[in-house]
Amino acid sequence: MQLKTMLFYSHPLELTRILEAIDTFLRIHLSPGLATLAEGILVGLLLLATYAMIALALIYIERKVAASFQARLGPNRLGKYGVFQSFADMIKILIKEIIQIKKADKLLFYVAPFFVIVASVLAFGALPFGMNLQAIDFNIGVFYLLAVSSLGVIGILLAGWSSNNKYSMIGAMRSGAQFISYELSAGFSLMTIVVLSGTMQFSEIIEGQRYCWNLFNGHLPAMIAFLIYLISGHAETNRGPFDLPEAESELTAGYHTEYSGLQFGFFYLSEYLNMFIVAAVAATVFLGGWMPLQIKGWEAFNQAMWFIPSWVWFFGKAGLLMFFSLWVRWSFPRLRIDLLLNLEWKYLLPANLVNLLVMVVVVLSGLTLTELFPALFGN
Amino acid sequence: MTEQIIFYLLALAITVFSILAVTSKLIVRSATYLLFVLLATAGLYMLLGYHFLFAVQISVYAGGIMVLFIMAIFLTHKPGTSVRTKRGWRIKSSALLSLAGIVLCGYIIITNGIRTYQFMERDGFTMQEIGSTMLGSQKGQYLLSFEMMSILLLACIVGAILIARKTKTTDHDTNETDQ
Repeated sequence: MQLKTMLFYSHPLELTRILEAIDTFLRIHLSPGLATLAEGILVGLLLLATYAMIALALIYIERKVAASFQARLGPNRLGKYGVFQSFADMIKILIKEIIQIKKADKLLFYVAPFFVIVASVLAFGALPFGMNLQAIDFNIGVFYLLAVSSLGVIGILLAGWSSNNKYSMIGAMRSGAQFISYELSAGFSLMTIVVLSGTMQFSEIIEGQRYCWNLFNGHLPAMIAFLIYLISGHAETNRGPFDLPEAESELTAGYHTEYSGLQFGFFYLSEYLNMFIVAAVAATVFLGGWMPLQIKGWEAFNQAMWFIPSWVWFFGKAGLLMFFSLWVRWSFPRLRIDLLLNLEWKYLLPANLVNLLVMVVVVLSGLTLTELFPALFGN
Repeated sequence: MTEQIIFYLLALAITVFSILAVTSKLIVRSATYLLFVLLATAGLYMLLGYHFLFAVQISVYAGGIMVLFIMAIFLTHKPGTSVRTKRGWRIKSSALLSLAGIVLCGYIIITNGIRTYQFMERDGFTMQEIGSTMLGSQKGQYLLSFEMMSILLLACIVGAILIARKTKTTDHDTNETDQ
């Protein structure tokens, strides 16, 4: 009890206390099995609601940011500054007809969007949103995330093929090639950080970055890994200068040309959420996750930082990275497909392999900042 | 109780989709059913608490091999048309082969079952344990040397590509002027 009250005063806006209250309430009124079931359902509903809300917010933010980059106003009719625009769009997409295509493979055409969205929901579910705000803390967190997010590409390939449309097919093939190639880079750059932190569990990775973010702790190799992760993350989500699977001018809309209504909505939603997941993973693995800014020895400062709740830190860091992603999207021209694959296979992948080796040498010879200056950064 | 319900659901999914994968006349659908079987198997690993194997199953089989399958099927001639079943010795020989496979797998599972069960008593492995087991050189720890052999395969593939490319260089040059 003593510990709990202390936690309350030092971290006033944390959600831990509310969650504990709900937990005790459920356990008093229900049998243990039912309480666990109820909690599972609640967590699931909460995750899905957050998923949808983040997507809606991101769609609005992207339109506003894009507008400001292009010196336009963006949505401004519905509500103050047009904040309800994406809600209106959502309602519109929900009531649109789902068009059946005659010569398509109906089963696969129907199944494909689910692959894409399930992959992104599975990855989303394992993210650490804040202190004690993680649905499941896998021992193999990073690996789990890489594994489930690799499922999405199957959905894209099936969508492109089952549409029975040449544009869709070319878009799907491009997307498949792009995704598989850049997944390697993303995986290797995350492995570089796993070498640095010595664990794959998100909670331990975050705890290890209390006084020094991995980005600075691993200095040179970590920064290269960060850069590579951001580039391959953009490419994996088919965004930024890498959005050629849906190059409008040549392929109409790529693999989701034939989709309408909510099925198209699934692709759209998962695209935005994948962008968020990439930013969130980068924030967690490189920038300390939900851990507030802490400086060793400055107890009062650290205490003050905890007054900003951990989930605000998390969404702040992820939001910053997402802003970068939008910035890149509107600043660079689209790459050609051969240049895109060249970039991965001839530059990023070899650089990544060398970088991994450099990181191993840095960690083994004790050249990380936490080991060089334990008084300043050591845990 | 809950675990049993989940197990039966997964087992049902595995059985139904395995049968569908074999009986489907459309090759892309068959590949998709196979993917469902692999995903349900991953679910079984999750049920056992083998998180590492779960992730390996998904990323290697579902994310890697199935993507390769689907891509390869797309490259074949008219993947959308349904295939006619061939009668005769092919059915008989494949039935015999699968029977032999079942016998072999069953023998291995039964003889090794007791040993695996001893490992399963535990809750799960940490990443660190798996890492040291992979790189260790004690009994049952020779994974690295085993994996190193796969580099031989990689060398073979690279060599094959190189040989294949050499014969095509002249074709390529003439093609470039057309483009």
